[in-house]
Amino acid sequence: MTKQESSLETLWLSGNEALALGAKESSVKVASGYPGTPSTEILENLTKYDEVYTEWAPNEKVGLEVAIGASFAGARALATMKHVGLNVAADPLFTASYTGIRGGLVIIVADDPTMHSSQNEQDSRNYAFAAKLPMLEPSDPAEAKEFIKIAYDLSEEFDTPVLLKSCTRVAHVKGIVASGATTTSRVEVGIEKSPAKFVMLPGNARQRRVVVAERQLQLSAFAETFAENKIEWGDRKRGFVTAGTSYLYVKEAFPEASVLKLGMVNPLPIALIKELADGVDELIIVEELDPFLETQIKAMGISCRGKELLPAIGEFNTAVVRQAISGEPGAAEFAPVELVPRPPNMCAGCPHRGLFYNLNRLKVFVSGDIGCYTLGYLPPLSAMDSCVCMGASIGVAHGMAKALGDEGKGKVVAVIGDSTFIHSGLNSLINTVYNKDYSTVILLDNRITAMTGHQPNPASGSTLMGEPANSIDFEQLCRAVGVKHVQTVNPHDIEATYKILKEEIGRDEPSVIITRFPCILIPSEKKRTKYPFHTDTDKCTGCTACLRLGCPAIQWQPMSEEEAVAQGRKKTQKGVARIDKATCVGCGQCLPLCKFEAIVKGEEK
Amino acid sequence: MESSGNILFCGVGGQGILLASEITAHALLATGMDAKKSEVHGMAQRGGSVEAHLRYGKKVFSPLIEPGTADLLLAFEIMEALRYLPYLNKNSKVIVNTQRILPPAVATGKVLYPGNILEELADRGLTVVPVDGYEIAKNAGNAKAANVALVGALSSLMPIPEETFVDVIKQRVPARFLDVNLTVFQEGRKVGLAV
Repeated sequence: MTKQESSLETLWLSGNEALALGAKESSVKVASGYPGTPSTEILENLTKYDEVYTEWAPNEKVGLEVAIGASFAGARALATMKHVGLNVAADPLFTASYTGIRGGLVIIVADDPTMHSSQNEQDSRNYAFAAKLPMLEPSDPAEAKEFIKIAYDLSEEFDTPVLLKSCTRVAHVKGIVASGATTTSRVEVGIEKSPAKFVMLPGNARQRRVVVAERQLQLSAFAETFAENKIEWGDRKRGFVTAGTSYLYVKEAFPEASVLKLGMVNPLPIALIKELADGVDELIIVEELDPFLETQIKAMGISCRGKELLPAIGEFNTAVVRQAISGEPGAAEFAPVELVPRPPNMCAGCPHRGLFYNLNRLKVFVSGDIGCYTLGYLPPLSAMDSCVCMGASIGVAHGMAKALGDEGKGKVVAVIGDSTFIHSGLNSLINTVYNKDYSTVILLDNRITAMTGHQPNPASGSTLMGEPANSIDFEQLCRAVGVKHVQTVNPHDIEATYKILKEEIGRDEPSVIITRFPCILIPSEKKRTKYPFHTDTDKCTGCTACLRLGCPAIQWQPMSEEEAVAQGRKKTQKGVARIDKATCVGCGQCLPLCKFEAIVKGEEK
Repeated sequence: MESSGNILFCGVGGQGILLASEITAHALLATGMDAKKSEVHGMAQRGGSVEAHLRYGKKVFSPLIEPGTADLLLAFEIMEALRYLPYLNKNSKVIVNTQRILPPAVATGKVLYPGNILEELADRGLTVVPVDGYEIAKNAGNAKAANVALVGALSSLMPIPEETFVDVIKQRVPARFLDVNLTVFQEGRKVGLAV
């Protein structure tokens, strides 16, 4: 039981905590996945239950394959990922649809409409359709816990992996959740060979393809009577077909209306949808992102409206749904005030900052990747020129080198974090060596998967369950794949980092620079310097050299000409830089930047 | 107490907004209300603008507050109070931590930090409760407890007994920080009661 309990039976849980509890109540034995907002806390919370084995896999594809293996061995298994992670795991997903399962197999995929913390806002329901798999979609934490339990029963009843779609407004919403009884698997854990079912040679796959088609028919029939697909009859003027969080917004905006709430969004219950359509004057489909339901409902020959009213971009809320459908103006009284934006920033003491400061100086094309260091794009560091997906940096840099030829020599680098490199960068590094280019790969090794909240990875030296583990030797690994030039540097050392960058970027061959320093937010690293740096403002000339780091601890204090003169400064001085004692951790990156010795170590006198 | 309400928490990543919203949520739950709270995790937490929506009532569907319908705004950073103005209406009460945290463009000298924020709020007819959370917390012995000063001010505006908040804080704050947090809560509450 978790600490979040308010009483024995009623808990206050986030969607991710509820999914973990639901997995535990479903007797899940093995769970694997890769961190990704907003899915990360599912596995983290699952570690609270000793009876469940949980792990971080190097990427989502491996995570799903682990879950498939556990299922083949007869255990209930779980794979978790964010929406873009399902792209990585799509290969095993599509064929696991053919093999079916032994122990119940559930894949939780968490979408991020509006891209709070993502590079795109794809709609994962399309995967359920394409892979011919059932998908459940809860609307809140209480349903999330119930739906995962239903998902395990469905998985075993229909011999299929089941997708469970979460999203930011389920995963990171807290609500009241009731704990419940434990359900168990229909199968025993053990080896049971069924090669014709599990070996997807074409001959077997052709037979399984037919089984999948039959299963789809069975699931479609099941959808008609599934208790979580239900019509709530209200007035007959408007009828809504909706699912997930969109249902919540419909209930608030149109409490009197008739609503078909779909707990299962694939496959669809045709008769149930027709029943609602026949009983109301007008049918409206309310769904975030793609017209997934609408397109299929229209193909059923049912007249309805959806995306002609509602946006296909971004997440909904009650106001969006109400205004789009009724045309009523919202309740907003005050217009937004134009304000200085407050984007996220690398932390004070972040080791990545030292590298990006130098990359900015070198004016190279920086092929970027996914992690905290993507913030190196923002001013004043402004040192990232592309970022596509997990692991893309090295392949993109190679492609640029091949296109540019000698023209691009010394002008293209890739930056990739330790966890991202392990996720999907290593293959590309092998390609860079094998197909010979001159790009420099910079491996930002901060010993942790930082962006998603400090999950250990195969370089961290520990596992999700807190056991000590092997830590990858990146230097040896890079040499083993054929990189001849591998150098390691502490990125807090600005000048040493600059020197190594100059050396390696100019080479005719591939090289790897490992910038190694632990993330400042790792609890064991949170040893703040007791007396960090301060500025001797008498010496500060206001040259702004230190501000080019963009460190949140260094703050500009503007001054007028009169103030400058009164303080005995040049009248052209526009201000001074001050180091905020409460924010500075004493990393020392700013020290060599000040040519006037105004940055001083230790307590302010 | 009021049958339903919307409380919006906003500030800068790292200010303890999640703990403050958790204390408030648990105080509401103790009264037998339904509640939902929506948070944003991930990239924004690295010093970006962050928000948490807390809604309560007999039965809560949506976890998100509609623009124009927040009854209370707890702004943990003064400029952030202004950023979330579209969520407010003339009857909204705004509890503002007067602390400034400079966004990158201000810290690097590109633009100035806006002035007269409290006046801008008051000019729109809003009830404004300024709280010097940093000073209160520092005086109590731990500047990091500033978030609880705002919860103290909030408690004075909620029809929930003071003891309920105190009990929740006792349950949720580690023992070694408890005394400081209880002092800070009381100081914040005094500020709220004085308005």
